[in-house]
Amino acid sequence: MNNGTTNVLIVGVGGQGVLLASEILTEVAKNMGLDAKKSEVHGMSQRGGIVTSHVRFGKKVSSPLIPAGEADAILAFELAEGLRWVGQLGKDGVMIVNTQEIIPVITTTGKFSYPENIQEKISQLAGSPIFIDAFEIATKLGNFRLVNTILLGVLSKSLALDEKKWLEVIERMAPKGTGELNRKAFLEGRKYE
Amino acid sequence: MEMLLSGNQALARGIYEYGGEFASAYPGTPSTEILETIARFFKDDVYAEWAINEKVALEVAVGASYGGARSLAAMKHVGLNVAADPFMTLSYTGVNAGLIIVSADDPSLHSSQNEQDNRFYGKFASIPVLEPSTSQEAKDFVKHAFEISEEFDTPVLIRVTTRICHSKGLVTIGERKTVDRGGFEPNIEKYVMVPAYATKRHKLVIERLEKLKDYAEKSKLNQIEWNDKKVGIVTGSVAYQYAKEAMPDASILKLGIGFPLPMKKIKSFASEVDQLFVVEELEGFYEEMIAAEGIEVEGKKYFSNFLELNIDCVREGFVNAGVLDSSVLKTLPKTESVLPRPPVLCSGCPHRGLMVSLKKLGVYTTGDIGCYTLGGLPPLSQIHTCLCMGASIGHAFGIEKAGKTAKKAVALLGDSTFLHSGITGLASAVFNKSRITVVIADNKITAMTGGQDNPATLKTLMGEKTKPVDLVKLCESLGVEHVRTIDPYDLDATYSVLKEEVEREDVSVVITTRPCMLFPSKIRDIPYRVVTETCIACGACFRVGCPSISAAPETNEKGKHKSLIDTNTCTGCTICAQVCPTGAIVKVES
Ligand SMILES: Cc1ncc(C[n+]2csc(CCOP(=O)(O)OP(=O)(O)O)c2C)c(N)n1
Repeated sequence: MNNGTTNVLIVGVGGQGVLLASEILTEVAKNMGLDAKKSEVHGMSQRGGIVTSHVRFGKKVSSPLIPAGEADAILAFELAEGLRWVGQLGKDGVMIVNTQEIIPVITTTGKFSYPENIQEKISQLAGSPIFIDAFEIATKLGNFRLVNTILLGVLSKSLALDEKKWLEVIERMAPKGTGELNRKAFLEGRKYE
Repeated sequence: MEMLLSGNQALARGIYEYGGEFASAYPGTPSTEILETIARFFKDDVYAEWAINEKVALEVAVGASYGGARSLAAMKHVGLNVAADPFMTLSYTGVNAGLIIVSADDPSLHSSQNEQDNRFYGKFASIPVLEPSTSQEAKDFVKHAFEISEEFDTPVLIRVTTRICHSKGLVTIGERKTVDRGGFEPNIEKYVMVPAYATKRHKLVIERLEKLKDYAEKSKLNQIEWNDKKVGIVTGSVAYQYAKEAMPDASILKLGIGFPLPMKKIKSFASEVDQLFVVEELEGFYEEMIAAEGIEVEGKKYFSNFLELNIDCVREGFVNAGVLDSSVLKTLPKTESVLPRPPVLCSGCPHRGLMVSLKKLGVYTTGDIGCYTLGGLPPLSQIHTCLCMGASIGHAFGIEKAGKTAKKAVALLGDSTFLHSGITGLASAVFNKSRITVVIADNKITAMTGGQDNPATLKTLMGEKTKPVDLVKLCESLGVEHVRTIDPYDLDATYSVLKEEVEREDVSVVITTRPCMLFPSKIRDIPYRVVTETCIACGACFRVGCPSISAAPETNEKGKHKSLIDTNTCTGCTICAQVCPTGAIVKVES
């Protein structure tokens, strides 16, 4: 936390739901009566590219982008993306990584390979990262699309935002008819150790 | 009430609240959501449309303004190049009802072919430029822009950047208010730009600029935030936010009006601070004008004209300038460089079959701007030029006429791009007796920018059914005698048609017929899978560049990886199955 501003970096791969997750987080912060900004770049990145979303909230937020190395929390939707961005974590920051792997086409050229031992490498750089197989939990809950709500649940534990506000926003922004399921998924993530 | 809005949504909201009645645009990142928002939420009050290109978008918006409606033409930065012809002379005619042109610039080229700084267009045309620094300002500045436009009889350029367009912030919502500017009133000396009248208008433009300078001096849009006077910063747009956070103790002159500058205000600000800096993204636009007044100032020496700014590089600039302690600079821990994820053609993209066939033909592909441009990246690497929308046809023709290249060049462009600025190139090629082959990858949508309709599709932005352009008839009417259609999912047929047309000693057009599988709605067929035992790890399917195909853990006797298909994302287009020499790729049994 820097000058009372909380910085959350959410990263992943196009199509994973990073943008919706950051939208929900920003909305929750706003509903807490805080100033909030969120920034990302759409466009080419959605065609399987890297997606990053910066969310900042506090009394008054200026820059929409988080300064380098000052993220209070990083939420990575994909394992290698966790490794890519872990350096942005600030002192005492919380690192949360979904262990799902998305292997890009470029590996088929043989020129690049997907990194190995990612969890160990992340652990060396981030105090005590939280790894979670959100895909598995989502599947158990009956819908793999719940990954992003589960991850928000995990993230919510390290942010000073009310559970009630979270649930309100999640139920409102969830696709029709999935409010209850998303609520369950969020709480499942929230109790993840 | 407050809402979280992106800069684009806030601009749309501003158009609605401040009485806008007409909006036209051609899609282009990062500007596209402005019109999408208007059409989605405000279409009962504001007419919104996709024009065929930016020049037309501006021309109709000008017509609407002459006709009494507060109007908007929105485009990405390069769109203003296309609309530059009406833009430059529009400065002379002025407006009737308020007229706003939004230019969405893209520093860092997140999704563009260059990073031009369109503030120069304002100076070039003597048109005032407003530069919001937040979503709230994006909305508020629409009000000021309409008022300036009507008061000074000038169009107004609102210049935003990707970081403004696509960042969300809190915006206070208000009610809609309209103005009455009457209808079109003939005024030949004002609206008919022949030399005699245009000369008089140019004189008025020069006088108008002087009045705008006075306005800028007094306007609340240019504000001084006094603080410590050792460092004074002139800044605007999102750069203001970075400067404010990087130098919380400095005094800041924030420019909401990026052109013309309030030079008296800047001079007096400069005289009160020990050292004056300009922090601006891209070119040294303010800096050059300020320095030309003989004011001592530093800017681009410390803050690059290359790529977007951010807090870190602004801090670094001030450290290098000796006015900020270097302890603010962080050294990030060294992390492993993780493999890149370049954007690729989607699974099932109809452009893939085309790229594979062109590659097999061994021709050069003069490319254009659209999803098919991604076919220029490995492993396909089958796009050999890409300059601006519509250029593919001119390039192929020029290479042919230059006569020094043995391989033939085939022009490739999409339906939206062909309509935007390919028709003229094709007509010119026919007229000048070319023998090029033009491929129109008609996926029936403008896909790259997120799936917008265009004049060859079935509905308008407001959701009404409309008459689509018939591309085959259009090409025939331009004098193309050989127009053929192909299904790009059928590799053999695609290859043989392309081969025949490339060999033909006459201009020809080949049009694909498969729709985009992502827009307007997702299309999926039964997925395919790899029979590992039959796969010989030849890599043929890897070379079609499909994101659903990856290397399997299994290898052949030489240690080469076999293939694996992700059946969750495979759409069953069969391109990989068609290139597989051993029939190892088969439909998943239901
Ligand atoms: C002058 C200009 N306007 C807008 C754009 C933004 N833009 C990039 S690609 C594209 C449309 C491509 O549509 P189409 O040619 O149909 O190809 P598709 O993406 O559907 O394959 C647009 C509008 C641009 N690059 N240049």
